[in-house]
Amino acid sequence: MDYCNCIEPQWPADELLMKFQFISDFFIALAYFSIPLELIYFVKKSALFPYRWVLVQFGAFIVLCGATHLINLWTFSTHSRTVEVVITTAKVLTAAVSCATALMLVHIIPDLLSVKTRELFLKNKAAQLDHEMGLIRTQEETGRHVRMLTHEIRSTLDRHTILKTTLIELGRTLALEECALWMPTRTGLELQLSYTLHHQNPVGFTVPIHLPVINQVFSSDRAVKISPNSPVAKLRPTGGKYIPGEVVAVRVPLLHLSNFQIYDWPEHSTKCYALMILMLPSDSARHWHVHELELVQVVADQVAVALSHAAILEESMKAREMLMEQNVALDLARREAETAIRARNDFLAVMNHEMRNPMHAIIALSSLLQETELTPEQRLMVETVLKSSNLLATLINDVLDLSRLEDGSLELDLVTFNLHAVFKEVVQLIKPIASVKKLLVTLTLASDLPEHAIGDEKRLMQTILSIVGNAVKFSKEGSISIAACIAKSEPLQDAQAPYFFPVPSDTHFYLRVQVKDSGLGLNPQDIPKLFNKFVQNQSVENRNCGGTGLGLAICKRFVNLMEGQIWIESEGLGKGCTASFVVKLGIAGHSNEPDLCVEPLNRVQTNFPGLKVLLMDDNGVSRMVTKGLLMHLGCDVTVTSSTDECFQVVSPEYKVVFIEIGTSGTGVYEVARAIREKIPTRHWRPLIVALTGNINRATKDNCFRVGMKGVLLKPISLGKMRSVLSELLERGTLHES
Amino acid sequence: MDVSQMQRQLVDYTASLFREGFLDDQFTQLQQLQDESNPDFVIEVVSLFFEDSERLVNDLGRALNQPIVDFKKVDAHVHQLKGSSSSIGAERVKNSCIAFRNFCEEQNTEGCLRCLQQVKQEYFLVKNKLESLFRLEQQILAAGGSIPLVE
Repeated sequence: MDYCNCIEPQWPADELLMKFQFISDFFIALAYFSIPLELIYFVKKSALFPYRWVLVQFGAFIVLCGATHLINLWTFSTHSRTVEVVITTAKVLTAAVSCATALMLVHIIPDLLSVKTRELFLKNKAAQLDHEMGLIRTQEETGRHVRMLTHEIRSTLDRHTILKTTLIELGRTLALEECALWMPTRTGLELQLSYTLHHQNPVGFTVPIHLPVINQVFSSDRAVKISPNSPVAKLRPTGGKYIPGEVVAVRVPLLHLSNFQIYDWPEHSTKCYALMILMLPSDSARHWHVHELELVQVVADQVAVALSHAAILEESMKAREMLMEQNVALDLARREAETAIRARNDFLAVMNHEMRNPMHAIIALSSLLQETELTPEQRLMVETVLKSSNLLATLINDVLDLSRLEDGSLELDLVTFNLHAVFKEVVQLIKPIASVKKLLVTLTLASDLPEHAIGDEKRLMQTILSIVGNAVKFSKEGSISIAACIAKSEPLQDAQAPYFFPVPSDTHFYLRVQVKDSGLGLNPQDIPKLFNKFVQNQSVENRNCGGTGLGLAICKRFVNLMEGQIWIESEGLGKGCTASFVVKLGIAGHSNEPDLCVEPLNRVQTNFPGLKVLLMDDNGVSRMVTKGLLMHLGCDVTVTSSTDECFQVVSPEYKVVFIEIGTSGTGVYEVARAIREKIPTRHWRPLIVALTGNINRATKDNCFRVGMKGVLLKPISLGKMRSVLSELLERGTLHES
Repeated sequence: MDVSQMQRQLVDYTASLFREGFLDDQFTQLQQLQDESNPDFVIEVVSLFFEDSERLVNDLGRALNQPIVDFKKVDAHVHQLKGSSSSIGAERVKNSCIAFRNFCEEQNTEGCLRCLQQVKQEYFLVKNKLESLFRLEQQILAAGGSIPLVE
């Protein structure tokens, strides 16, 4: 062998060792070459790797290392110089790259480490947020439970349901072991266990209200944790093993209607509370969370409101029942009153008839007896009988009149009459008595007082007579003056009617009458009572005077009916008194009605030969009678028994149609209208007259409204029918009669 | 009995009927309507009244015996009866009809039944009286006399 430049091994090559080195180098090279391949594979797989060129560097470093080790394999045997060169280059490159890589790693490794810390931080944050989310969810759920609970509570107005529902729902929502409600007793000194969820204790258990724990709860508007050993919380059988769960108590204000004021919300000014106890299950290691306490408070408030609503409803139902009872009672009372009134009316109707008949018999026969030959004693007796019976008759008439007046069933008979004559007649009537008492009676009629007027002559006379009679009765001496004039449009001096202004109009005037006497006079205090029924002036002299005390009451009512006022003035006892009244009368000659009484019919026909008359009456007997009546007067009568038949038969050849109103009701008015339409020409239309057994204002108005010419009251006498037909034929209408 | 006696009897009897209130003015009017052209007017009217009233009274009895009483119908019947009786002047019948109507308004069945009894009674009374009256008149006419008019 030539001299070689290779480095000679220090010791002789051992075959085994050499082999091992060879193999190890080989595997190292293999590993070194596979690492970059793995790196590249995995980096290509991953989406994110920011340090790509570092990888390249690292890859180069590894590859070169691998190459070095690989080339080392050739150095175990003799090798040429080229191999030596290659190995040297490889080693140099490797050294360079590895130094570069080492330097690069100094920068990179801290970065990589910080990534890790950030990751850890984010994980912690995520855990925290998860936790919070969990909390919020729980809160929202409880909020939902509250809403549902509130809805349940408020959907019923029954107290018990409200409380029971509350307890049940709360128990369910919060998973409570026991839930109880203590209500204050009537005395207000104790709390009584009213409702529990599980009925573990007998209801009716009471606890005094002034325990410190209870005061503590009542003084705060929040839910308060209390000790499980306090008397209100001792609701479970105390067993040794149990670690009792936490207990919370909250007050429930019991609101009354009066607690709600307009401008404030109900402050807890009420002193009345109930106590709600809530217990967590024992041995559960659960604690009351803040949101659960809030839930309990909200529920307690809602329960308070719901209870107050229920209370209000109960009160209003009670009030309604009371009203209904009162209504029923009032209705009954009204019906009884009506029955009483009807009974009285019946009585009056019968009495009217029953009493008057005998009265008339007595009076008539007594007056007849007076005309016969009598001895003086007999004459005296008969005169007394006559006088007494006249008095009695007057009394009966007065009472009956007054009752009718009070009913409002009395109607004035308006006729045209001679006003002056009325006064003259009154004076004539009163003259005899006045002259016996040596009283001077003077009558003054104003010059502008009309001679005729329209009004109720009979009752006006009765009124004047009553007042003048009183004046005469209560005067022992002196004079009586009667003055009549037209009332001026000025307020009257009557204190009781300060706003009465007699205002005249075109059709009416107000008559004012004043009767002055110089008699006994009146105590001013007694004046208001004078017009009351059955009241008489109770001075000694008056006891001898008869009379019922009704006179003035009746006068007042008549005057009121005539839309007037009556009053009495007196300056005191012994100074005489002045009675005055004002009434409304119609002006004669201006009204729509012809004044028949002044001009009586010029001739009354006795017979009406050939006058065609149509009669409608649904009562057979009545029809026959009226037909007979008309036939007796010579009429040619056609009878019909129904409104339809009447309407069909009617034609212009009939001059008069008599229609019986009776119970046909509105049918007759319809047929009257129909007849007017059927024969529109006035000249050819028959005159329609109504017949009825019962005449009143309403009927009359209805008849005239449908165009009827008159209303007749049955039964009709022959003479009456004669005059009716005469008038119809002459005037074409009937005066209101 | 001779004619004048019978006539006097008739007058007294008629007067008593008026006095006792069985008949009133209206009956007199009816009598006045009777003349040569209408000789049997009064008897015809009265017979019609009897027929009508019997029918009405029967109807009333039937109506009031129903389990549920139709007071409107009852009132209508009573109104008819009242009208008929007032047309011929049967005063007492008319008065009992007035009372009857009041009970009808109140819908008082008991009261109505009582009134019906009353009405029936009055009707039969007046019927008897009128029939006696007519019998007397026939006797007078048969004996050749004439009916005296009572003023």
